[in-house]
Amino acid sequence: MTRKRRRLIAVLAGLGMLGLATGLVLSAFSDNLVFFYSPTDLKEKPVPRGRELRIGGLVEAASLRHESDGKTVEFRVTDGKSDVPVTYSGALPDLFREGQGVVVEGKLDAAGAFRADTVLAKHDERYMPREVVEALKKSGHWREGEAQPEGQAQR
Amino acid sequence: MHRFANPARFMRLSAAILPWTAALSVVLLGLGIYLALFVAPPDYQQGEAVRIMYVHVPAAWLASFVYALVALTSAIALIWRHPLADIAAQSAAPLGAGFTLLCLVTGSLWGARMWGTWWVWDARLTSVLVLFFLYLGYIALVNAFDEPGRGARAGAILALVGVVNLPIIKFSVDWWNTLHQPASVFRLGGPTIAAAMLWPLLIMALGYTLLFATLLMVRMRTALLAAKLRALRLAEVEREAASLMPQQTALS
Repeated sequence: MTRKRRRLIAVLAGLGMLGLATGLVLSAFSDNLVFFYSPTDLKEKPVPRGRELRIGGLVEAASLRHESDGKTVEFRVTDGKSDVPVTYSGALPDLFREGQGVVVEGKLDAAGAFRADTVLAKHDERYMPREVVEALKKSGHWREGEAQPEGQAQR
Repeated sequence: MHRFANPARFMRLSAAILPWTAALSVVLLGLGIYLALFVAPPDYQQGEAVRIMYVHVPAAWLASFVYALVALTSAIALIWRHPLADIAAQSAAPLGAGFTLLCLVTGSLWGARMWGTWWVWDARLTSVLVLFFLYLGYIALVNAFDEPGRGARAGAILALVGVVNLPIIKFSVDWWNTLHQPASVFRLGGPTIAAAMLWPLLIMALGYTLLFATLLMVRMRTALLAAKLRALRLAEVEREAASLMPQQTALS
């Protein structure tokens, strides 16, 4: 009985230490574990020009402009508090549109505009049929992309 | 717990349950796939591509659940030395690895369609890949020793160490910015998924779980029978050796 008890305590103590160590490591590296920065992060902690980074947020409403060459687009990525102008030329994901969550990969240029090499679409955690969304919009209970900027604004 | 950890009792009990879980999992998976492909509505954002969810999400749930089970049975094996616990952990691990692989592959297909990329190194995707490697490492370690008992002990410790990854997988989407969206079903404030899509998903999840239970019982039964066979062969060899002994001594 006592040997079993000793093994039980050893396993529990081991797990506790391991959990604590992992928690400390993760919280120490938490700045590097994010997949992207929000436009507000970028304002608060400026990064060197020319460094590769990712910015995430929503495509600001009425900010999308198609250039005359047919493949270059300009838009602004916003988190509700601040926004960053982005230019990109290439294929866009199907989900890409104004009001949609996106993550753009690229570099800031000297003027503070973001030159994206890649545009990824991000969708929120809501799954519902089109009719339900339309009904919600009609009754005024729908908030566009509400789930995402909330989470990003905290960071 | 001792009562169910008896191998003979387990053989009897599992023989009685097995046909039922097998039949029920086939029915539920058939119904679930029909509902997912033909009845569930297309999503407002993702359209028809959302149907990958019905395969991907239950695989992801099972990937974590099976790992939790491997870790729990490993702890029981380490602490109480139950004869069935090691067999349960070792039988469950390859199934869990299979669910994890299915989750990664379907997630990649889904990501290519919706996000515009097959793979990114965000916290959710990376931690699930780590889970897959933990499964593979566990399986390799258990089989790396000549003496099965030592392999089981080493594997059990690895399985327990890997437990820290489970909360990381679950909360990665809340703790850090990720490309992967946050949880839709198991979250504070209730699911953010329409009932017409939630039901087929839950039926699929139950079907997956019963499929896992069925396969786990089959694998555990096979492992127990193989151990019994090994013991019988060993006994036979020893008997033969014993019957040869007197002649050898007579000759020398």
